[in-house]
Amino acid sequence: MAELTQSLAKKSRQRRRLTGGIVLLLTGLLMYVLFATGLEANQQSTLGLNALRSQALPVPDLVLPVRTTIYALILTVVFLGGWQLARGVRHTGILLGVAAFCFVTAFLVWAARGTSFNLVGMLSSSVVRATPIALAALCGVISERAGVVNIAIEGIMLIAALTSVVAATLTHNLYVGLLVAVFSGALVAALHAWLVIRFRVDQIVSGVAINIFGTGITSFISARFLERNTDLLNNSGTFPILPVPLLSRIPILGPIFFENNLIVYLMLLLVVLLHGILFYTPWGLRTRAVGEHPKAADTLGVNVFLMRYVNVIIGGAIAGLGGAYFTLGSVGRFDEIMTAGKGFIGLAAMIFGKWTPFGAFASSLIFGFADSMQVKLQILRVPIPSEFLAMAPYLVTMIVLAGLIGRAVPPAADGQPYEKE
Amino acid sequence: MTRRNFLSRKLADRRTSPERQPRSSFWQELLIPVLAVFTGLVAGAVIIVVTDATVMAAYRNFFRAPWQALQATWQAIASAYGALFYGSIGSPRELLEGFRLYQASGDKQALYKAIYPFTESLTTATPYIFAGLAVALGFRCGLFNIGAEGQFFIGALASAWVGYSLLGVPWYLHLPLALLAGAVGGALWAAVPGYLKAATGAHEVVNTIMMNWIAFRLSDWLLNGPMKATGYRPVTPVIEKSAELPRFFPDPLRFNVGFFLALVVAALVYWLLFKTTLGFEIRAVGANPDAARYAGMNIKRNFVLAMVLSGALAGLAGASQVLGVDHWVGQGFSAGYGFDSIALALLGKSHPLGVVLAALLFGFLRSGATRMQSLAGIPIDIISVIQGLVIVFVAAPAIIRALYHIKAARTEEIVLTRGWGK
Repeated sequence: MAELTQSLAKKSRQRRRLTGGIVLLLTGLLMYVLFATGLEANQQSTLGLNALRSQALPVPDLVLPVRTTIYALILTVVFLGGWQLARGVRHTGILLGVAAFCFVTAFLVWAARGTSFNLVGMLSSSVVRATPIALAALCGVISERAGVVNIAIEGIMLIAALTSVVAATLTHNLYVGLLVAVFSGALVAALHAWLVIRFRVDQIVSGVAINIFGTGITSFISARFLERNTDLLNNSGTFPILPVPLLSRIPILGPIFFENNLIVYLMLLLVVLLHGILFYTPWGLRTRAVGEHPKAADTLGVNVFLMRYVNVIIGGAIAGLGGAYFTLGSVGRFDEIMTAGKGFIGLAAMIFGKWTPFGAFASSLIFGFADSMQVKLQILRVPIPSEFLAMAPYLVTMIVLAGLIGRAVPPAADGQPYEKE
Repeated sequence: MTRRNFLSRKLADRRTSPERQPRSSFWQELLIPVLAVFTGLVAGAVIIVVTDATVMAAYRNFFRAPWQALQATWQAIASAYGALFYGSIGSPRELLEGFRLYQASGDKQALYKAIYPFTESLTTATPYIFAGLAVALGFRCGLFNIGAEGQFFIGALASAWVGYSLLGVPWYLHLPLALLAGAVGGALWAAVPGYLKAATGAHEVVNTIMMNWIAFRLSDWLLNGPMKATGYRPVTPVIEKSAELPRFFPDPLRFNVGFFLALVVAALVYWLLFKTTLGFEIRAVGANPDAARYAGMNIKRNFVLAMVLSGALAGLAGASQVLGVDHWVGQGFSAGYGFDSIALALLGKSHPLGVVLAALLFGFLRSGATRMQSLAGIPIDIISVIQGLVIVFVAAPAIIRALYHIKAARTEEIVLTRGWGK
């Protein structure tokens, strides 16, 4: 029996090695076809490393010879593919990460050939765009680690966005708005938890219902009140950009991470905090136990229902913060359906990040990057339709989910109601 | 004890023993959804009243003039739901008058005007029937097709493409081809998550959501590029006359053959699910995949098949909307159909008849809400609020039972979803 499982595992490793290698080689080929054909000799592309109006110490821009750079990147990918086919690498994820990096860099260098564009500016806008996605993903991580699937994030964020802007406008205080957002997010999540734990409603159905309800009620209130009384109810202003002393002076990293507003910092803090709580505290251990094997946890005296309630509610508070980002963090007013599916992208980021805070954050950055790249490329007038670039993160998520590159394994009891016997 | 006595005792025992209780009747099945809809409408009324400035002003004087406050409340509800009624069904008086005028002078104009709201509601219900059936079929196989919206869009684009690019084809070829294109488009879009689910176990909820976004981006590109009509708006050209689903009345009445096609398809889905081996397998896999595997059924094939059929139905929903109503496709064409179709399948308990009834209800609500918005000033989004509440009530019947003091009846529970990984 043991031999059988071993040989099966070996077979699947071999298959993964094969597919991984072939995918890498094909990527190299694709890069050649897309970027290396039809290049003019001696072209250069300039990647700007200084953000506009930044406090960071100035550094010279990166000037790259287009042809040499692209060929070097293609060779790297092909080499990695050959290595994987011949020898096999344990961490296929890292390999694929490097390949993706090469692909994207080659693409950027190719897109900016003969001209220049601001790389740091794009990266810093990626972080900003990743913020709501990361907060949604963190909400998903903490709920699902406790075994409750929460696809109501979209609805929670919409409701929090609305309540926060109204509260902030009425009180003329952004911090009150932020607190209200967190509180209302927690409240809606509590409703979700109540439905799925107390009434054992199907978790995805409850999430869908809350999404529909959230979309409806916020659009209703917006159409009935906010549109007519914009200055009275729907004009809060936004959190100012607060450069972190010293850290913001670091070239490149400074403008990307340390010249942002409060909500972005809170998001970064939460990533670290949640990682610590989930993996280094008794509370985190109990949370994970409840999500993996609730019956065992119950036998050992962990209150399964309480853990689930509290974690889902904490998740809701985090998603509420994400909702506040849309209003207080970026435009200072509420528009109908302004979350535009970011809650669902957050879920994808959570899965992509294998249910860990850092993984979720990293994949949110990828989604944010794709988002801001699409905008930038429209300005650069690249011949590839930007819509296809925008599809890339979704395709990658599906590939990851299919287990082509390592497997994304959810908590074992994720989505299953617990019944005390 | 005589033998006969013994037997009758035995039979009596059987009748009262819990295993032999009669299956809940049609009316009992209907009870919870009907009460859920009723409660949703009541909650909607409460929201309308609470957000009405005049009513709230009247309540500030409640202790001095309670009658006025109640009157204002009644007026707010009556004007909103009255407009909803006239907008969805029409005014009986106008109908009678139109009919009399037609008999007296042969002038159909007044009659057409009177039946406009009713036919418009049926027209709105048509894509809902298809889309609701799509999600319901998935549910029956234990699959949550949350991507009906993307499949709807792709189906609509495919049938629009056939509709405008084939020229000089007789209608009896063109129309079926356009419908088929819609079904195939939707089926292809759903086949990807279905296949991934069967081959790798990747959960269809995330994959269908991803496919939705890919569909939206693809449609952005198509509508701005290859499929764009001449002009500056990102829309497809108008389809040929020969691809249109025939309408019964002159403009502006848009009631068309699509509605009856939807009813026929609903009957077909019923036949497939409950009268064929294929349908039995689909339901068996949905009820208990392990047992179905043990019985020798091919789980993976059933997953893919159910997903493909579900996508084809969602694609037909898009096709019926293009070919019957709009005749062209623009951006945001599918907005809202994805979530609405889930609500329909839940409300209809994943039964084709239930879905048709639920779709009719939604059609009437949505179509009437347009009138409510223009006449009573109630934003159309109130319908989404009511829908969300109805789903909660249908999914958590315990709430409804507690509200109305109903005892639990034994009903067939359909397993809807099984977490991410399973």
